[in-house]
Amino acid sequence: MDKGDVRIVRLDILSPVIAAKAKAGQFVAIMADEKGERIPLTIVDSNAQKGIVSIIFQEVGFTTKILGQLKPHDKLYSLSGPLGHATEVSDYGKVILVGGGLGVAEIYPVAKAFKERGNNVTAVLGAKSKDLLILENELKQVSDQVYCLTDDGSYGERGFTTDKLKVLLKEGGYGLVYTVGPIPMMRKVSEITGSFGVRTIASLNALMVDATGMCGCCRVTVAGEVKFSCVDGPEFDAQKVDWDQLQTRNRMYLCSEQHICKLKNQA
Amino acid sequence: MLKSPVKIQELPPSQRIKGFSEVVLGYSEQQALEEASRCLQCKNPTCISGCPVGINIKKFIKQITQKDYAGAFFTIRETNNFPSICGRVCPAEYQCRKECVLTKKGSPFASAQAINIHFLERFVGDFGKQNNLNVPQDKEEKFSKLKVAVVGSGPAGLCCAGELARKGVKVDIFESLHKTGGVLRYGIPPFRLPWDILDFEINHLKKLGVNFITDFLVGKAKTIKELFSQGYSKIFLGLGAGVPSFLGIKGESLCNIYSVNEFLTRVNLMSAYKFPEFHTPVNIGQNVLIVGGGNTAMDAARVALRLQKINGLPLNTTVIYRRTEIEMPARRLEIEHARQEGIKFEFLVQPKEFIGDEKGFVKKLICLRSKLGEPDSSGRRRPVLIEGSEFQLDCDLCVIAVGLKANQILINATPELKTDKYSDVIVDSETMETSIKGVFAGGDIVGGEGTVIQAMGMAKQAARSILDNA
Repeated sequence: MDKGDVRIVRLDILSPVIAAKAKAGQFVAIMADEKGERIPLTIVDSNAQKGIVSIIFQEVGFTTKILGQLKPHDKLYSLSGPLGHATEVSDYGKVILVGGGLGVAEIYPVAKAFKERGNNVTAVLGAKSKDLLILENELKQVSDQVYCLTDDGSYGERGFTTDKLKVLLKEGGYGLVYTVGPIPMMRKVSEITGSFGVRTIASLNALMVDATGMCGCCRVTVAGEVKFSCVDGPEFDAQKVDWDQLQTRNRMYLCSEQHICKLKNQA
Repeated sequence: MLKSPVKIQELPPSQRIKGFSEVVLGYSEQQALEEASRCLQCKNPTCISGCPVGINIKKFIKQITQKDYAGAFFTIRETNNFPSICGRVCPAEYQCRKECVLTKKGSPFASAQAINIHFLERFVGDFGKQNNLNVPQDKEEKFSKLKVAVVGSGPAGLCCAGELARKGVKVDIFESLHKTGGVLRYGIPPFRLPWDILDFEINHLKKLGVNFITDFLVGKAKTIKELFSQGYSKIFLGLGAGVPSFLGIKGESLCNIYSVNEFLTRVNLMSAYKFPEFHTPVNIGQNVLIVGGGNTAMDAARVALRLQKINGLPLNTTVIYRRTEIEMPARRLEIEHARQEGIKFEFLVQPKEFIGDEKGFVKKLICLRSKLGEPDSSGRRRPVLIEGSEFQLDCDLCVIAVGLKANQILINATPELKTDKYSDVIVDSETMETSIKGVFAGGDIVGGEGTVIQAMGMAKQAARSILDNA
């Protein structure tokens, strides 16, 4: 979808092998063309019968812009998966899923899995504005309650997902919080849930290269131990993640990214 | 009197560091003849015992002196599938050349006087490639119904697949990355092993009917059990050792501290040295430190120096190693090449802590000096830290090259597959069969970090037992 200068794209990819195995929480490594970067993207939906896996991304950088240019029936240069551990879906009773921005797409398969397991699912969705809120209807189908929050109040309640989270947790009775979104949001979520003593899982968005445990680019510190997001994660105990380090490491190639985007714009 | 060894032709250092062209250019026919003529043709050749696959070195060198290069090629191919590759990457000074009678007794590696067996092997391998020589396919009817899955397209997988395909076995190789070759592609830089050499061998396997399936991570996309139920009667695991070790010191997750695998994968597999034409970035620094003393450390150092040159930076790359040059596990030739290119070395230095700036990028490395103590289990003298010897090195980019461990994804997905305390796969040393019937393994996943030729030796052994039990 096009929203002013923001483009959010969904790709349905034919890959029967991956579709047959994909579980909530897993991701694929994807390369648009031979010269492209290998980037990880969460599997948002999969259909084993049709052999299709779906990803949703926002065109934020050079590689996502190239992926966004793909037309129906185009071929990807490389796609491998399903990678990473699947979400551990057990009986928590009441579960809150907090998704911010693109993270809303990533909580969708997890909400579905928790719901199918018989949990009571509350989805808290956040976006800058009404235009940028995605998958609300889809999440309504797989959740018991859905709350939408926008920064500017153009839809749902005005405010942040974390404000709503606090209100919900005060009511009590929740067994798990699951969160995906911008790092500052996930960090805030983990601080709030920590004060309520509620177990919290975050799906991290560390940079990766091979995404199969061979490079260590995605290393994160969790509970003082170095873990590889790609093979040990991508989900970790949110209250034990070194968020500063993750945020810093994710900025490691900012200069290169700006450089290549500038060249692209000039061309 | 014995003639001096024939020097190999090489690109001059000033030219090498401008790019990723192959450094060693090889022997001309004349040079190969001259070097081969130095061989004493010992009655009891000791060199052969130093070769992990027992190449008949005496015979192939003799054939070179007779200008029977095709004969020499087939002599090597009896036991070694990839002479052009091994002639480039084998640590000959620790193997055949160390056992050459011209090496001084008790020397930790080959003397300069020892016959340049690896360069001769390369000459013969390249002759075979140029003249399209190939060991003829020797298909046997009884193997035609056999279908084997090879997991991993590195040295072990390629070798096993070749051995089986030659006999008419239907082989599918599963590779998790988008390109084939494993460590030969993502790890070894093209200035040591050009891609056309690797592609030649891979294309040859394709001609033998080997089917390559890339982007397929066995353990995730399919389990071992599922491969069997898909109709494969035997499976060979050449998973490799690709999990990087870190130092475990403070500050190691600061920005611009790379594992050697990440650094080399970005540059080799993803062609980051051609950024922005290729879209994968790699950072480079003004004060680059490489920690480690093996071949991958030398590769990383020489890659870093080239990146400095390409980016117009002053050349300043230093290898720090906790022992001395003698104990370095790297090939002597790589150390020599690194030094010629301007790499600096700091020996008897142990990293203690990385210090970063306010943005989270590494700025300094605090180190300690050490001295050599008693030998450890590897037989090398153990470095002992000197108290109060702390000092700082400027460091805005660091590559950690202190060893690699077995790849774990398939092992974790296959609880029946027995492993040892290093998480390496346990095999029967005769048959190379694992704890799962019909599943064989070889290469670094079995022996830990070894050489290309050791991996090939194990792969051949596994192929033999697959054929024997067909």
